[in-house]
Amino acid sequence: MTAIPLPAKLQSTELRTHVSVRETVSQSLTMAFRALLRLRRTPEQWFDVVLQPIIFTPMFAFIFGGAIAGGVEAYLPMLIPGILVQTVVTTSIVTGTTLREDMEKGVFDRFRTMPIARIAPLAGALLTDSIRYAIATALTFLMGWIVGWRPEGGWALLLAALLVIFTAWALSWVWALLGVLARTAGAVQGIGLMILFPLTFLSNAYVPIDTLPEWLGVFAEWNPISHLVTATRELANAGTVGTEFWVTLAGAAVIVAVFAPLTVRAYMRKA
Amino acid sequence: MSDTKSEWAIEADGLVKTFGSNRAVDGVDLRVKPGTVYGVLGPNGAGKTTTISMLATLLRPDGGSARIFGHDVVHEQHVIRQLIGVTGQYASVDEKISGIENLIVFGRLLGLSHKAAKRKGEELLEAFDLADAAKRPVDKYSGGMRRRLDLASSLIAQPPLIFLDEPTTGLDPRTRGQMWDVIRGLVTSGSTVLLTTQYLDEADQLASRIAVIDRGHVVAEGTADDLKGLVGTASLLLRLADPEQTEAAVTSIHQVLGSTATVTPEAARLTAPMSDPERVTDLLIRLREQGIRLTEMSVQKPTLDEVFLTITGHGASTDDAEASDDAKEKVSA
Ligand SMILES: Nc1ncnc2c1ncn2[C@@H]1O[C@H](COP(=O)(O)OP(=O)(O)OP(=O)(O)O)[C@@H](O)[C@H]1O
Ligand SMILES: [Mg+2]
Repeated sequence: MTAIPLPAKLQSTELRTHVSVRETVSQSLTMAFRALLRLRRTPEQWFDVVLQPIIFTPMFAFIFGGAIAGGVEAYLPMLIPGILVQTVVTTSIVTGTTLREDMEKGVFDRFRTMPIARIAPLAGALLTDSIRYAIATALTFLMGWIVGWRPEGGWALLLAALLVIFTAWALSWVWALLGVLARTAGAVQGIGLMILFPLTFLSNAYVPIDTLPEWLGVFAEWNPISHLVTATRELANAGTVGTEFWVTLAGAAVIVAVFAPLTVRAYMRKA
Repeated sequence: MSDTKSEWAIEADGLVKTFGSNRAVDGVDLRVKPGTVYGVLGPNGAGKTTTISMLATLLRPDGGSARIFGHDVVHEQHVIRQLIGVTGQYASVDEKISGIENLIVFGRLLGLSHKAAKRKGEELLEAFDLADAAKRPVDKYSGGMRRRLDLASSLIAQPPLIFLDEPTTGLDPRTRGQMWDVIRGLVTSGSTVLLTTQYLDEADQLASRIAVIDRGHVVAEGTADDLKGLVGTASLLLRLADPEQTEAAVTSIHQVLGSTATVTPEAARLTAPMSDPERVTDLLIRLREQGIRLTEMSVQKPTLDEVFLTITGHGASTDDAEASDDAKEKVSA
């Protein structure tokens, strides 16, 4: 170790009392950049968003296609939006688990002693996750195309993708709150799956609701996941912006309105 | 130094932090002069990390107040964070990414452009002998390398005050020596350093003033010489051939050296503070006259344990369970 190049300044620059919005944005982007750097060393973290669409999309198409719709081709307009919603929504739990893990790491202590916006690590995490959702969405559409899905929504396909990504992003606030409050990442994962597994399967994602027993049909009818699935189907397959689209969008907005302040408050208390 | 409202780099008054019923830090006062190394010396569980955490805005004090260069640690957190660099006791770098990537991320967060952050990072890695490992992920670093990267990360912003929590614990002697050089270099370049350590020797080597803390209290404060004066410059270690003679030996030590020996009964071992080496000759003659035979004799430099024993009346035990009131009484006694 040689001489440290350190003419220590006693603040040549002005001392600041707060972080500007521009700095906050730039710091959040840096946090997302860090997540991408981590991804290079731990690609297994992204297996869910990459492998799930690649493996499950054709698998479900070939297994259920004949039974449910009388053929793979006929099943695809129903399946692809359904499996897209399930994949992306389920992967939103990762926001909570990684946040929990991150907050326990030593590096988080360093962030807390740096003159940065305290919200930056959280914002960075939410930003990174949107990238994950976009990857899962693109891959699901691609796999659908490969097995023969030919959606007629045109430009609305993009809107469908955005709707799913936005809803998952809204949900990630819920998991982020859980991540801040829970003791372990495993707990976040467990609780998240316990909620989402029934929600995604007891919906119209894979089967038409009229094939369900009546009580289950009622549940599936009301299930918010069904609304998202229907909205996505309408957009992707026909290019229609229907009621379901607005219902879903409003629902997601309500989630953000409720959980974002809660999460930020809980997070600021701990961070 | 226009914004330096205070003549002190750190002023802490009666800092308190409690965890449940445990008063981890119980009324700590500190005064640290700019441009110096200040050592905080104490055994496990003494409250060193907790004290640093409060000064570095990681924990909110439950009582008392502290200012860094005149800025309050509770009300001016954002300002404080621009003035300090913190190297915690446990590595605070991202293990999954490489050394240079860590420094780039921290540099970017501090407002440097990507290019400037990279340049600064490379410069620091070079200075800390880590240039060869720049591209390796940190979880493949050795303990010493991690420690150095951690310290390098704290220096990106060239903060005027640097906290180092046990910077050399777990390092081999050579690496420890290098770390000492780095710390001296920081001060030469004008920084102020507050470091914690469990080794009196280390505080002695580096710090111009030392606070000894135990169970959340500052039990002694002064220069290294002041502290050593309290315990004698060194201590004499004797092992007796016949444990039965222990008492007689203690009496002789008291009469000749004027100090009270500590006894380790199982080993028939005595340790006595010794300020004047000349007197040892007298003691050895006296012991021979009394027919007390020795199997071993050596001279030890003062250890933290002796500083503690002398100051608090109990050893540098790591047992935090005992009530801290207990310690308070002993200090004032
Ligand atoms: N987050 C916490 N929750 C509960 N107790 C804590 C917490 N942090 C520290 N303590 C307790 O506070 C006391 C002081 O701990 P601290 O870590 O400050 O000691 P230290 O001097 O740094 O010790 P070491 O040399 O082992 O690092 C200990 O009794 C410890 O158990
Ligand atoms: Mg400690």
